Amino acid sequence: MQLFLAFAKAKTTTHLMEEHIVIIGNGISGVTTARHIRKLSDKKITIISAETDHFFSRTALMYIYMGHMKYEHTKPYEDYFWKKNRIDLKRAFVQIVDHANKQLQFADGTSMAYDKLVLAVGSKPNKFGWPGQDLKGVQGMYSKQDLDLLEKNAPDNKTCNRAVIVGGGLIGIELAEMLHSRDIPVTFLVRESSFWSGVLPEGESAMLNRHIKNNHIDLRLNTNLKEILSDENGHARAVVIAETGEELPCTVVGLTAGVSPNIDFLKDSGIELGRGIKVNPMLETNIPDIYAIGDCAEQHEGINGRRPIEAVWYTGRMMGETLAQTICGNPLPYNPGHWFNSAKFIDIEYQTYGWVYSKPREGETHFHWKHEDDTKCITINTETATGKFIGINNFGIRMRHEIFDRWLTEERSTDYVMEHLKDANFDPEFYTLFEKDIVAHYNKTYNKDIRVKSKSWARIFSRA
Amino acid sequence: MYAFAKAYSTKTPTMKAIKYTGLLIFLTGLAIFTASLFLGSFELTQENLDTFTQEKGIESEVLKTKLTERLVGKEYGTSFEMSSGIITALEEANAVHKEKQEWDKVVWEKPHSFSFGIVKKAGKGILKDNPGMMWFLTFGLGILGALLFILPNYVLLGPAGIKNNGIYHQSSTNRGLIAWLVLVYLVSFYLLLYFRADYVVNWTFILDPISRALNGGEASQWFVYGFLYCTIMVTMAVRMYIKYRHNKYQMIRTTSVLFFQIVFAFLIPEIMTSLNMPGYDFKNAFPLDYDFFFEWNLDTLTESGAIGLFILVWGIVLTLIIVPVMVYFFGKRWYCSWVCGCGGLAETLGDPYRQHSNKTMKAWKLERWLIHSVLVFSLVMTLVTLYCYFSGTDAFLGIKSQWIKDTYSFLIGAWFAGVIGTGFYPIFGNRVWCRFGCPLAAYLGLVQRFKSRFRITTNGGQCISCGNCSTYCEQGIDVRAYAQKGENIIRSSCVGCGICSAVCPRGVLKLENGPLDGRINPTDVLLGNDVDLMDYVNNKKSS
Repeated sequence: MQLFLAFAKAKTTTHLMEEHIVIIGNGISGVTTARHIRKLSDKKITIISAETDHFFSRTALMYIYMGHMKYEHTKPYEDYFWKKNRIDLKRAFVQIVDHANKQLQFADGTSMAYDKLVLAVGSKPNKFGWPGQDLKGVQGMYSKQDLDLLEKNAPDNKTCNRAVIVGGGLIGIELAEMLHSRDIPVTFLVRESSFWSGVLPEGESAMLNRHIKNNHIDLRLNTNLKEILSDENGHARAVVIAETGEELPCTVVGLTAGVSPNIDFLKDSGIELGRGIKVNPMLETNIPDIYAIGDCAEQHEGINGRRPIEAVWYTGRMMGETLAQTICGNPLPYNPGHWFNSAKFIDIEYQTYGWVYSKPREGETHFHWKHEDDTKCITINTETATGKFIGINNFGIRMRHEIFDRWLTEERSTDYVMEHLKDANFDPEFYTLFEKDIVAHYNKTYNKDIRVKSKSWARIFSRA
Repeated sequence: MYAFAKAYSTKTPTMKAIKYTGLLIFLTGLAIFTASLFLGSFELTQENLDTFTQEKGIESEVLKTKLTERLVGKEYGTSFEMSSGIITALEEANAVHKEKQEWDKVVWEKPHSFSFGIVKKAGKGILKDNPGMMWFLTFGLGILGALLFILPNYVLLGPAGIKNNGIYHQSSTNRGLIAWLVLVYLVSFYLLLYFRADYVVNWTFILDPISRALNGGEASQWFVYGFLYCTIMVTMAVRMYIKYRHNKYQMIRTTSVLFFQIVFAFLIPEIMTSLNMPGYDFKNAFPLDYDFFFEWNLDTLTESGAIGLFILVWGIVLTLIIVPVMVYFFGKRWYCSWVCGCGGLAETLGDPYRQHSNKTMKAWKLERWLIHSVLVFSLVMTLVTLYCYFSGTDAFLGIKSQWIKDTYSFLIGAWFAGVIGTGFYPIFGNRVWCRFGCPLAAYLGLVQRFKSRFRITTNGGQCISCGNCSTYCEQGIDVRAYAQKGENIIRSSCVGCGICSAVCPRGVLKLENGPLDGRINPTDVLLGNDVDLMDYVNNKKSS
C-alpha cells in the first residue's frame, strides 16, 4: 500500500511537469492528435473549440437534418472518454496567438499558456463577393452552427418554399439531398458544364447529372450566380442568374462553392500564411512549437501528387497520427500513402483508389464501364505505354481498400487488376456482381482475352 | 426525366391519400379487434360444464357443485365477470380440499388457465356465430389497412436506396407519444396473453374455423398468438421488401425468416397436432426452447413412438452439433436473423425501432452480465429438472424442480421474452430479448466470438465516423468504434442483420465468412498512412 501511494504520488508529480500540448480545433485532426499523444505519453493535453463541447463527425451533420440521426449519434466517443483519457476540453474562441509568450488569448479576455500548439482549425465556406451574400437566409453548410441555422431557415417546405444552392461540389449535392428530404424544392446552380466535372471523368459526371435530376432536383448546369436579392427585412427573396438574368424566387440560398482554411484570426500572428497555414512535411509552421494539421494546413508543395491543401476527413486523421509521433519524440514527416477517397451522391456510392483525373493526362488512358441501369460505373486509369494501373473510380460498386492499396504498391498492370477483380469486390453478400461484364467490355475495347479468376481468400489475406 | 419528375409530383398526393386511408382502416381494424373483447355474452349450460369437467378429469364434487351454483343458467356480459365467478368457485373448492388434506382433489392448474376452458365453452353471440365476418373486420381490416399504408412507400420513398429520412422527426419512431402508446398496447396484450388468457377468449372464436381446418381443434390463445405473429410478420415483411429492395441480402434474409416462421413454427406443429403427434417446432433449439427437457415434454415425446423419439434426438443434435457447427461457418446470424421466430418478429415488426438500442459502454456491461446469467439459469434449471426426472426426487442441490421451472417460465419465458422483449420495442429497440436475455443467443455468441469464420470486415481507412452503423445496430454494438480504427467487428452479440453495412454511406462494412487467420486485426494506425509509420507502431507494440 505504501509502495502504491509512493508510486501514485510520483506519477502525479511527473504529470505536473509534463509539457502542455494545446490543440485548437476539436475535429478529426485535433482529436486524433490528442488521442495518439495520450497513447504515447503522459503530456498535459487541452483541446479548445468554439464550435461544440465535444468532438462530432462533421460529415454526419447532413444526417441530423435528414432525421437519420440525432446530434448525440454523431459523437464518436461517449462524453466520459475525455476525462478518462485526461484530455481537457475547453469551449472558447481563440482571438490571438501570442507565440513570443507562448500564450493564447480568448475572446472572453482570459488566456492560456502552451508549450506546444497544434492548429487544427478547419475550414470555412467560400464566398466570392456575390452581391447579397450576407443576407439573412444565405448560408454555408459546414459547421454545427450552419446546421442549426438551416434548421431555422428551412424547417419545412412552408417556411422555405424554394432553396437555391450555388456551387456543384460534394457539399452542394449533400445540401441538395438534405433539403430534398424535407420536400423543399431545390434549384442547384453549377458553374461547370457537368456536375463535379473538374474531378470526375465525363461518363461518371454525366451519370450523376441524370441521378440528380431523377431525384427531382432542378439541376442547372453552366449557370453562375449574379446576385442575391433582398426583401424589405434584409432576407433573401430571390437569386439572379448571370447568364440569363432569370430571377429565381427563394427563401434560402446555400453557398457551397468549396471551403478554404479558417485562418482569419491568425492574420497578424506572425505565422506564415498562404491560402492556409504554411507547413513543411513535418507539419511545422515557421514558428517553433507551432504545428498545423488538417483542412487548414497548406504544404509548401503537394506530397505524392496530392494538393497542398487537402480538406478530406482521413488526411486530417493521418496528419494527426503523424504529428502525435513527432510531438512525442519520434519525428516523422507526413507521408500519406496511396490516394483514396469516398463520397455518396444521393443513392450512389463512390470510392476511388489511386489517381483518376477528369481527363486522362498525357500518356494515360481511361477505361470506362457503365451498367445499363445508370447507377453503376467504373473508370480505370492506365499508363498507356506500360499498361500500369494508376487508379480506379467506382460508382455503385464497393471495392476493397486493402486490395487496391496493395496493387498500387506492387505496381500491378490493369490487366492484372481485371484478372483479379473479384478479389477486390466489397459489395454485400448475394449482390449481383459485374466483374464478368466489366472484363468482357475491357476485352472488347482492347481486343484482349483476359479471364476473371474466382475470388481467393488466400490472395485477399496474403500480406504484401 | 423532367416528365418523370412531373409525373412523380402529381403521384405524391394520391399516394399520401392512399397511405393515410390505409392508416385509418388499420386503426379501425385494431379498434374492432380490441373492442371485440367486450362483444357477445357468456352462458354456461350444465351439459357444457359436464363435458368440461369430464375432459379435465375433475374429481372434486365440491368444485362441480360450486361451479354449477355460480355459473349455470347465468348470462355474463363479458368474460372478465364470468372469470371472476369461476375463480371464486375454484378457490373455495380448493380451500375445502386443502383443509381436509384431499390433495388429489385440489386443482393445481393456474386459475385463469382453468377458467379459460370454461369461458371458451360458454361464449355466444356475434363472434361465435359469425367468425368469418369478424375475421374480416379485425384481421382483414388490419392487414388491408397496413398494406395500404405500406405499399405507397414504393413511390413515396423515391428511387431504391437507404431512406431513413425523418426517422428522428416522427413521434412513432423517435420515442414520442405514439411510441409510448404502442408500448402500452403491446405490453397490455402480452400481459393478457400470458396471465389472463380467459379475458381474451373472444379472440379465439374469430380463429376457430381456421384452427379447425388446420389441426382439427378449436383455437387456443396460443393459436391466436401464432396466427397473429405470422400475419404481422408477413405484413411487415412487405415493408422490408420495399424499404430494402436495393439490398439482396435483406430481401433473401427476410424471406428466410418468413419461411421458417410460417412453415416451421406455425404450420408443421399444427399439422402434427392434427395427426395426433406432439406439435413440435423443429427449428426451436434448446435453451431458447427452455421446456424441452421438462418432465411433461419428455413424457409426451417418449409416449409418442418413433416421431417422439426422433424429436428427442433431433432436439439434442440441434443444440449440441448443428447450432455450433453452423455458427462456426456462418456466424450466429444463420439462426438469429435467418431462422429464429423472435428474430423474425424483430426484423419485421421491430425494424422501425432498431435505432433505439442503447450503445453505451454501460449497456454493453449490463448485456454481458444479464445474458450469461440467463444462460446459467436455464442450464441449472435443466440440470435440476433432469436429475429429478431420472431420480424421481423433487429437488436437487436444494433447489426444488417445480419452483425453478415456474420461476424461469414466469421471469424469463413470460416477462423477459414476451412483455419486455416485444412490448418494449418502440422505446428500447427491437432486440431487447435477443441482446439481454436469450440463453441460446448467449450460447451462439460464445461460439461466434471464439470460433467462427464470420466477421464484419472494415474497409481499410474509408470510415468517416458518421455513426449510421452504430445508430442502426439493433444489438447496440458501437460498430463505428471498430470501423473508425480500421478493425473488423467481432462481437458475440452481432446477429448479422446486415443493416450496418446497408446504411454505411462509404462502403466500409461487409459481412463475410472467411479464414480464421486475420479475422481479428487490431491496428494502431489505419491503412492509408505511410507504411513505415504503421510498421513503427505495430512493431513497437509487439516488442
